[in-house]
Amino acid sequence: MAGGGVPAAATAATANGAGGTLLACPDCDLLQRLPPLPLHHAACCARCRAPLCRHKPDSLERTLALALAAGILLLIANVVPMLGLSVAGREAFTTVLGGVIAMWREGSQVVAMLVLFAAVIAPALEIGCLLLVVLAVRRPPAPHWVATLLHGYEFVREWSMIEIMLLGVLVALIKIAELATVIPGLALFVLGSLVFLLAAMAAAFDPRVAWQRIEWAADGAVGGAEAMR
Amino acid sequence: MNSAGASALSQGCAGCEVCGLVVRLPVPAGAASCPRCGERLHSRRPASIERTWALTIAALLLYIPANLLPVMTTNTPLGAVSDTIMQGVVELWSPTSWPLAIVVFVASVTIPLGKLIALAYLLLTVQRGSVRSNEQRVRLYRLLKFIGRWSMLDVFVDTFVVALIQLQPLMWVEPGAGVIYFAAVVVVTMVAVNSFDPRLIWDLPQQEKQAHG
Repeated sequence: MAGGGVPAAATAATANGAGGTLLACPDCDLLQRLPPLPLHHAACCARCRAPLCRHKPDSLERTLALALAAGILLLIANVVPMLGLSVAGREAFTTVLGGVIAMWREGSQVVAMLVLFAAVIAPALEIGCLLLVVLAVRRPPAPHWVATLLHGYEFVREWSMIEIMLLGVLVALIKIAELATVIPGLALFVLGSLVFLLAAMAAAFDPRVAWQRIEWAADGAVGGAEAMR
Repeated sequence: MNSAGASALSQGCAGCEVCGLVVRLPVPAGAASCPRCGERLHSRRPASIERTWALTIAALLLYIPANLLPVMTTNTPLGAVSDTIMQGVVELWSPTSWPLAIVVFVASVTIPLGKLIALAYLLLTVQRGSVRSNEQRVRLYRLLKFIGRWSMLDVFVDTFVVALIQLQPLMWVEPGAGVIYFAAVVVVTMVAVNSFDPRLIWDLPQQEKQAHG
């Protein structure tokens, strides 16, 4: 241990399990040592029950496969029609981007940008970041820009709202069904599968595996900070 | 209190919020960054309580026009009808689609307001130095983080109704002024939850910290 003695939690945890990684719970700051986890087992904080980590099998390979599939589906979902409507002999189709453009033209530019970000850009960045991370860490040590991507991935994940958009489309569909005949498009089904793929992708990815393979920003101590492992 | 409990802060360390590495902080407190990922290290997010209060109050103010102003206007040759969020829920209520009406009501009315009340509760108990029901409070925080994004539902509903019903001059729908306020409520509350530091829930008031060693 580089940073000197760490009493209490660290030693207590070391007593009932060998070595392990030292970590501080992100939700309650409790210092604890994490013993090596058996496959499929998860660890949660001893005090506040926050999920800390889970041993995921073949994390990088599975994530790569799911991210590739999700990328392809996202592309399809954005080019084929999603919803159509036919009323009095007129037909109209729209895609996800069509919704954004309509909102923009009708004067709600800010809302249009938000929808564009949450429904198209954020999911694309989520998939893209993870794809690059997984490819880059295959040969450790991965260059330091991978750390920035990983940080971006965590941020963008919260704003990627495909599942919410899909529910929104469903509600819109039922609202419109009273006025006109609604024709569900191919993109609706593609988006439905994408929701499950994105969830599976996030579940398969173990950020700890990636972090372990990333080159450190600084060798040893920086600005008085010292890492303890 | 858990008997084994020692927070990273009490040991002079901090867990990096980005990569999770536990790092010993410099002794004369100063700026430090994580040696692995380069992120600035903080024991607790700076000015967490002040920022969260500011965002919570801002969201509360935005919540008023979001609910009073119409979110969409339906134009027909017979005239224009404007709907607020609540009117949209009422319209959706029918023998077949009432479950969706409930979902929209919960996502657009209950969740944003519930989030603001819950944030105020968390902030007040942290400021009072409460040590009771810590586990329930941190669970409430995790629920807020998980559930908050679903309020975006109504923004998507409006977007796709507007996109599809563009059958001029027969019937067309325009977004109302309320949508932007509503979207702002959702974004601001999400940022507010993120600026709250749940580790503050577990920090003991100063005197007790010394008593516990």
